[in-house]
Amino acid sequence: MGVDFIYPEFEVIRNESRCIACRVCERQCSNEVHAWSERRGVMMSDESRCVNCQRCVSLCPTRALKIVRSDCRLRENANWTDATIKEVYKQAGSGGVLLSSMGNPNPLPVYWDRILINASQVTNPPIDPLREPMETRVSLGKRPQRIERDDEGGIICDLQPQIELSMPVMFSAMSYGSISYNAHASLARAATELGIMYNTGEGGLHEDFYAYGPHTIVQVASGRFGVHEDFLNAGAAIEIKMGQGAKPGIGGHLPGAKIVGDISRTRMIPEGSDAISPAPHHDIYSIEDLRQLVFSLKEATSYRKPVIVKVAAVHNIAAIASGIARSGADIIAIDGFRGGTGAAPTRIRDNVGIPIELALASVDQRLRDEGIRNDVSIVCGGSIRSASDVVKAIALGADACYVATAALLALGCHLCRTCHTGKCNWGIATQRPDLVKRLNPEIGSERLVNLMNAWRHEIKELIGGMGINSIEALKGNRLMLRGVGLTEKELSILGINHAGE
Amino acid sequence: MEREGTVRIPSGCAIAAVISRTGRRMSGESIVRSMVPMHERSNGLGGGFAGYGIYPEYRDLYALHMFFEDRTTRKNCEAYLKEHFEIAQSEYIKTRKIPSITDEPIIWRYFVAPLPSSLAKLQLDERELVARTVMAINGKMHGAYVFSSGKNMGTFKAVGYPEDVGVFYRLEEYEGYSWTAHGRYPTNTPGWWGGAHPFTLLDFSVVHNGEISSYDANRRFIEMFGYKCTLQTDTEVITYIMDYLLRVQGLSLEEAARVVAAPFWSTIAQEPDERRRDELTYLRTMFPSLLVTGPFSIVLGFSGGLMALNDRLKLRSMVVGEKDDLVLIASEEAAIRTMEPDAGNIWAPAGGEPVIVRVNEGVEV
Ligand code: SF4
Ligand code: SF4
Repeated sequence: MGVDFIYPEFEVIRNESRCIACRVCERQCSNEVHAWSERRGVMMSDESRCVNCQRCVSLCPTRALKIVRSDCRLRENANWTDATIKEVYKQAGSGGVLLSSMGNPNPLPVYWDRILINASQVTNPPIDPLREPMETRVSLGKRPQRIERDDEGGIICDLQPQIELSMPVMFSAMSYGSISYNAHASLARAATELGIMYNTGEGGLHEDFYAYGPHTIVQVASGRFGVHEDFLNAGAAIEIKMGQGAKPGIGGHLPGAKIVGDISRTRMIPEGSDAISPAPHHDIYSIEDLRQLVFSLKEATSYRKPVIVKVAAVHNIAAIASGIARSGADIIAIDGFRGGTGAAPTRIRDNVGIPIELALASVDQRLRDEGIRNDVSIVCGGSIRSASDVVKAIALGADACYVATAALLALGCHLCRTCHTGKCNWGIATQRPDLVKRLNPEIGSERLVNLMNAWRHEIKELIGGMGINSIEALKGNRLMLRGVGLTEKELSILGINHAGE
Repeated sequence: MEREGTVRIPSGCAIAAVISRTGRRMSGESIVRSMVPMHERSNGLGGGFAGYGIYPEYRDLYALHMFFEDRTTRKNCEAYLKEHFEIAQSEYIKTRKIPSITDEPIIWRYFVAPLPSSLAKLQLDERELVARTVMAINGKMHGAYVFSSGKNMGTFKAVGYPEDVGVFYRLEEYEGYSWTAHGRYPTNTPGWWGGAHPFTLLDFSVVHNGEISSYDANRRFIEMFGYKCTLQTDTEVITYIMDYLLRVQGLSLEEAARVVAAPFWSTIAQEPDERRRDELTYLRTMFPSLLVTGPFSIVLGFSGGLMALNDRLKLRSMVVGEKDDLVLIASEEAAIRTMEPDAGNIWAPAGGEPVIVRVNEGVEV
């Protein structure tokens, strides 16, 4: 207390005239905000524990609860904001690195919101997806350089391994451990039903989920947790994680408290030990080393699986991507600085990396300038929030998008940004069995399927409006985009014109 | 005002084409007349023709038709050409002064042969050398523009109504076994003659009616392979796609049509023949960025034949008819009837179904 005291960020407002003292909120809150006071015969709140996950608000049967932002503020200061000062207090008290979860919440530019989409008028008819066929299928992987023919002149139809997707969206990497068994089950089932992919993240693959292999991307990260031959061969593709948009330059950290039971078995590490993946892959200190890992993985899987290399969007991303394209990788996944995370040092999350829109545009252009765009597919992630973000990303040059936060929202996440505490009230970022069971994988997968089907329909409407009837004809079609309120420099990096031009 | 090439100008259009399967040479008069009933489909801002078999006396030489802004540019360009080509003939293209065609640039014609020493040094086949030279002049040499570069064929185009363009170029004085024609309806003025159609590279010529929605996806893809879209027109990018698929990748016309107007995945899935299903899947997977969407009807001219193709939804009109040795193609039946009043067997090809007509086997063109 005293100098370290920080007034709670949120206030719990309970409408006493509505509260029937059913104590649902008390049972639902893993942070133990609510408690029944026998002595006073009312529900009490300890607001200092509240993270504003809205669980109690959503479940209160009489709508007696709301959580509001506290108005007890320090004196206003545009330079020393409330949050900045409180972080100083916390660090002065603890001496520790600040931790955060989910994506960068700061008001940095979201270029998606400054890009507008075209539609056909007069000279070219829009196409109605309800009446005309409209294709969203894509395949990811290398394209051959040349048509080869057999002795009879027929085309030799040998393609290098591809991933096929019914729509250009995949669920991106979230490890079993950072999220729950039921969250993984929901993603795996939904990906299978939708004809897309989900991604194991760096925690290995639970034995129950091998059945969803054809719709699984298995990830190999610097800690190599859970990596073995069967694992590599279980999925449709292998992803080497070099970096993550939320924390470029550092590895993952799953606290020992989350390494319990199945998770320890799946990761192949002892229970209770911290799973700390190193910042680099210790066998990759340069681009030629990456090439070796790409080919070791291809050898281990008899060249039947495409290899994805995932990198964080950093300053020199175009040159890095061009190096990756020449390393034998089939697909490059670029993760922007607004991408989510289960836990990251706050300073890194909020200050390292660049926006995905700029990274994607410059990578796509660089690979075309070098004539090697056909050697790799590009997947972009790091805050793709809606169908229109997907359409803009494809038009800038992506082959497909990775989504994670939107998928978690579909499962019930309320973006309280405290995943690192392991007490997720929505059963997602937690391993506590009583919390995990709150997420029903049947309902979860159905909601994911709904969300993606809704996006698919919106994508069709948007591209139909442009007079396009296949997503393939949108890829890299930057004339379909215009910027608003962007500088010449931003427009030139994005490779688009300003609205009105 | 910006000139075409720095801005993209959408256009509506009229197209027509005729070919004699026996290789009989016809004067350009009839194809010029065919454009008259489709007058309303153009707006006087672009018209043009391509004729095949028109230069039999120079059949082994590349005929370069060029626009120059002034004499100095022509001299510079000539010096540039001489580095790799022998110029066998160099002359004005004959025109006729008419009031409706104005502001003409210098319109010139060269008949050239690549120097064997250049081919040996650059290790290129001769068509590749010609294609690269065209790209270099059109992309880099300000004020010079190659608008036709094939053997025994030639393109004639201008800003004006197509009927007038035909008179201007004295097309009644040329004889070819195959002709294509184009009338343009651009939504704003192109500012110069390069934007008129047909658009050509080597002996491939394209006339096109429509506005493709896949334009920038196609352009950014094809530019990876040395093509430079200097005009920002659909026809230009379609011509380069065809050159890339047919000449560089060695696809057949039918296969190229399956890339540009690819069958829907659902149609491919229903294809009973497994071998064919594999090929269609392969072509779509290999060239997804060359799928052309949005309305189009095109006629591709090449030595010895024509291919007509509609977009896969058939969003633009196009009809085909026959009369004796002739096959006639046009945006409207009226144009066919103008050329051959008794043409029969008139039909509208389905979207995405190529109509390929070649001169009969054994006919030398
Ligand atoms: S859930 Fe609502 S009604 Fe039940 S005790 Fe809590 S505030 Fe009262
Ligand atoms: S996953 Fe759970 S803990 Fe993390 S932000 Fe969402 S609701 Fe909060």
